[in-house]
Amino acid sequence: MRRILFLAQAEILHVVRDRATLAQALVVPIVQMLVLANAATFEIRNTPTWIVDLDRTATSRGLVNRIAASGHFEIIGTTASLEVADESMLAGDATLVLTIPHDFEASLVRTRHADVQLTLNAEKGSAAGIVQSYASSILASYAAEIGESAGLLREAGPTAAGLVSRISPGVQIVQHTRYNPTRNYKHYMVPGILVALVTLIGTLLTSQNIAREKELGTLEQLNVTPITRGQFIAGKLLPYWGIAMVELAIGLTVGVLVFGVPVRGSIVLLFGVAAVYLLVALGIGLFISTLVSTQQQAMFVTFFIVNIYLLMSGLFTPIDSMAPWVQTVSQVNPVRHFVTISRAILMKGAGVQEIGRPFAMLGVFAVVVLTVAVRQYRKRTA
Amino acid sequence: MRSLLGLLRKEVQHIRRDPRTLAVVLMLPVVQVVLFGFAIRTDVDHVRLAIVDPAPDETTLAMRSRFTSAGVFEVKAVLQRLEDLEPLFQSGDIQEGVVFERDFAAKLRDGDAQMLIVTDGTEPNTASLLQAYAQSVVFAYQRESAGVGRSSPGGLAITAQVRTRFNPTRESSNLFVPGLMAFVLTIISSLMTAISLTREKETGTLEALLVSPLRPWSIIVGKVFPYLVIGFISAIAVIVEARLIFHVPMRGSLLLLLADALLFILASLSLGILVSARTSSQRVAMMGAALATMLPNILLSGFIFPVESMPLALRLLSNLIPGRWFVEIARGIMLKGVGLEYVWPQSVVLVVMSLVLLTAAARSFNARLE
Amino acid sequence: MTDVAIDAHDLTRTFGSFTAVDRITFDVRAGEVFGFLGANGAGKTTAIRMLTGLLTPSGGAAKVAGHDVYTESEAIKRTIGYMSQRFSLYEDLSPRENIRLYGGIYDLTLKQIRERSEQMLSRLGMGAAAGRPVRELPLGWRQKLALSVALLHRPAIVFLDEPTSGVDPVTRRQFWELIYETARGGTTVLVTTHYMDEAEYCDRISIMVAGRIGALGTPAELKQQFVVSSIDDLFVRLARPGSDPDAGAK
Repeated sequence: MRRILFLAQAEILHVVRDRATLAQALVVPIVQMLVLANAATFEIRNTPTWIVDLDRTATSRGLVNRIAASGHFEIIGTTASLEVADESMLAGDATLVLTIPHDFEASLVRTRHADVQLTLNAEKGSAAGIVQSYASSILASYAAEIGESAGLLREAGPTAAGLVSRISPGVQIVQHTRYNPTRNYKHYMVPGILVALVTLIGTLLTSQNIAREKELGTLEQLNVTPITRGQFIAGKLLPYWGIAMVELAIGLTVGVLVFGVPVRGSIVLLFGVAAVYLLVALGIGLFISTLVSTQQQAMFVTFFIVNIYLLMSGLFTPIDSMAPWVQTVSQVNPVRHFVTISRAILMKGAGVQEIGRPFAMLGVFAVVVLTVAVRQYRKRTA
Repeated sequence: MRSLLGLLRKEVQHIRRDPRTLAVVLMLPVVQVVLFGFAIRTDVDHVRLAIVDPAPDETTLAMRSRFTSAGVFEVKAVLQRLEDLEPLFQSGDIQEGVVFERDFAAKLRDGDAQMLIVTDGTEPNTASLLQAYAQSVVFAYQRESAGVGRSSPGGLAITAQVRTRFNPTRESSNLFVPGLMAFVLTIISSLMTAISLTREKETGTLEALLVSPLRPWSIIVGKVFPYLVIGFISAIAVIVEARLIFHVPMRGSLLLLLADALLFILASLSLGILVSARTSSQRVAMMGAALATMLPNILLSGFIFPVESMPLALRLLSNLIPGRWFVEIARGIMLKGVGLEYVWPQSVVLVVMSLVLLTAAARSFNARLE
Repeated sequence: MTDVAIDAHDLTRTFGSFTAVDRITFDVRAGEVFGFLGANGAGKTTAIRMLTGLLTPSGGAAKVAGHDVYTESEAIKRTIGYMSQRFSLYEDLSPRENIRLYGGIYDLTLKQIRERSEQMLSRLGMGAAAGRPVRELPLGWRQKLALSVALLHRPAIVFLDEPTSGVDPVTRRQFWELIYETARGGTTVLVTTHYMDEAEYCDRISIMVAGRIGALGTPAELKQQFVVSSIDDLFVRLARPGSDPDAGAK
């Protein structure tokens, strides 16, 4: 109805006139995305490593060189003393200590097998696990390399199809990594960060909106008009929905241009889903606004909820790693569904059918949230 | 001194008059630690797998059962054709696919068999682990059926004895929870003071305070102290949770941790005060606080993503975040059991931060008086 | 439009143990200017909020424009205008923009909005200020704007809660001229005020004391009845502790 448009028009004027808020809404997400996208990675580079080489043979030195040359490790010291290396770990300086025993080369020659010790600093979090697998694969390919040069029957090494390893005689395994062969973390994180920021800002704006009018007293003048609750909520929702869509469009463009985020699926579909998702997110903000009486309360509650939504959405850490009960709970998290859908569309080229289930969930949420918000809003105090 | 006490009393009353906010402030960190402790993980202990077996024979069936019995894999689908994998990847129903070729058994006997392992690589970290798991199942099968030990007849093997210091069980909750503590406390602290001061500004009572005999420093102290107490209570609650629910060890001194927690909360509160001393509208201050703390803290504090892996510019930026320092302190004290001799640099940083931020805030107030 | 615009019978509102409006009974005839007087905190605003559908009564009955306040509050809102005690228009919007918003909400056509907007703004003598944010306007003009918005959709009944509060005498006079103009056009006006001298401008008045109506009638009748020379004296008499608040209620 016309009333919705009139209200929306007034809302837009409010936003535009509030320079500070406008800047926050449009500029801050893009800036944060640009800066912070570079932070979100589990990739391991320059891992501080101590070498304790008790063998000091050509073979052991070869291994050390391999480690140093891999790009993942930065050798910060070599020592013969285990204590020194341990000290370094205690001080938090080293993530890995590679200890090569004194009979390394001899053991290889005699038994074709040798052990080394990898001591990992688990303080560094998930890095430890990744460091281990990098180190292990370096060990494996070094073994293959010296085996080959020693004329032994062993083939291993990268081919065009993927990493090929063979235990002969036996199965040749071809590894094929779909969707992100360059292991680019930014492609994975950038859309997520954008969604996080747009959600946070959008929900904060809508949740403070009605609370603000309560505080200022302007709500009363609206309540005394014949405007219906549905029209009221719609009029409040529309401008922020529009702003958020614009933010997303700008952000995505920046993401594609600056970070090379792939767009393998349909952009139209993505924005279609975004449109529904934003109804949910902003609707939740409005609902919060109807419950609280001050902007401060609105802010707190919103923060509480959005925080939880974001960290439990699979945005930063995978949903599959979450405890099972948390995974179930996250089904009611709209952010989770949107993050899943946007990654599916952008990186995997998924179509409507493949994202059907989460999309439907978002649709249901939109209906529920908006209905509840409208119901909760009262024009008359009881 | 008396006027300071009066200010403190007023501030406490103000807090008590808004029980809803107080409840949220105390509840928020506690609830968040529980939820996030179970949510922020990078372990992969359950893999949704699809098997593509166009012509099942006894060998393929044997291998397939190895996957099923490995415990980590859940076979969600058994398919005939490779093409059928794609939609399942796209919908997220499966994370990994194992593809056998026709006449697998025969080819294996000839030493010419090939298996394709397709992994969803969108999240590279998980992808590595998925690949490693699948690969190890195949290798294990091979070794057993070929009847060999750790090395294979034709080649060399270098294996690693892995020892993990400070977190032998390698459960990621141990790693994330101390950092999580820092995160939830940061959020609360910044919010609390941003609210307090700006609210005063808008209702005009700040002006009254500024022209009172109270000096700007006294005002700041009076405003910070009650929230310091609340924050400290939250810190205790959060540490208790970490121990009871997540069994994070406390190998170092609890007192040292608490003392550092106090410093950390002070630094975070100082940031909040500076934000609100600078901005004029409550709305802007709150948005500012929210935006400034949320994402940078998640991404730059080292709580989830290792600071070492970040580009230099971001590593430097991360130094400005109080949470980053407390993350190191918490992990150090709880997991490594180190004492002051190791964490004093981080502690000093927190002290310096607090002083700098509070001085800047005081100066903002002075400027306003002119 | 019925003869009786507003009809309240034993209308009551309690907040917990506090009774803000205590069984008030009165009526307002169509086209009247009715003065709803009383001191601050006497219950005037609460009564108005019940009649305008902003607050549900705790007891009693009331009809506005023939509609029941309990069950037909939305219908009431179509026929009334309201100016609240606290300025409730948007300060960051200009007068023109505020008028446009409310014009649209009351379903006026764009043409109507434009016409009435120009009419009102020139009547109020706003000039260039009409395009600047309301925040920049002095109090008097804000009040005038709020009155305009209340009258914008030509409602049958208009409720004005302390419209002249804090305003200079010249502006006050202008206000009452506007109110008369409106009433002459057939609009029923219920206006509250704590300025007792404004009582003389009304057709009939009521005086509320501590939630009850202490006096009800035309100014002339009441002055005669209570043997006072001004309504101000009457108010002082009624508001004194120990005086019977029901003394003059009809």
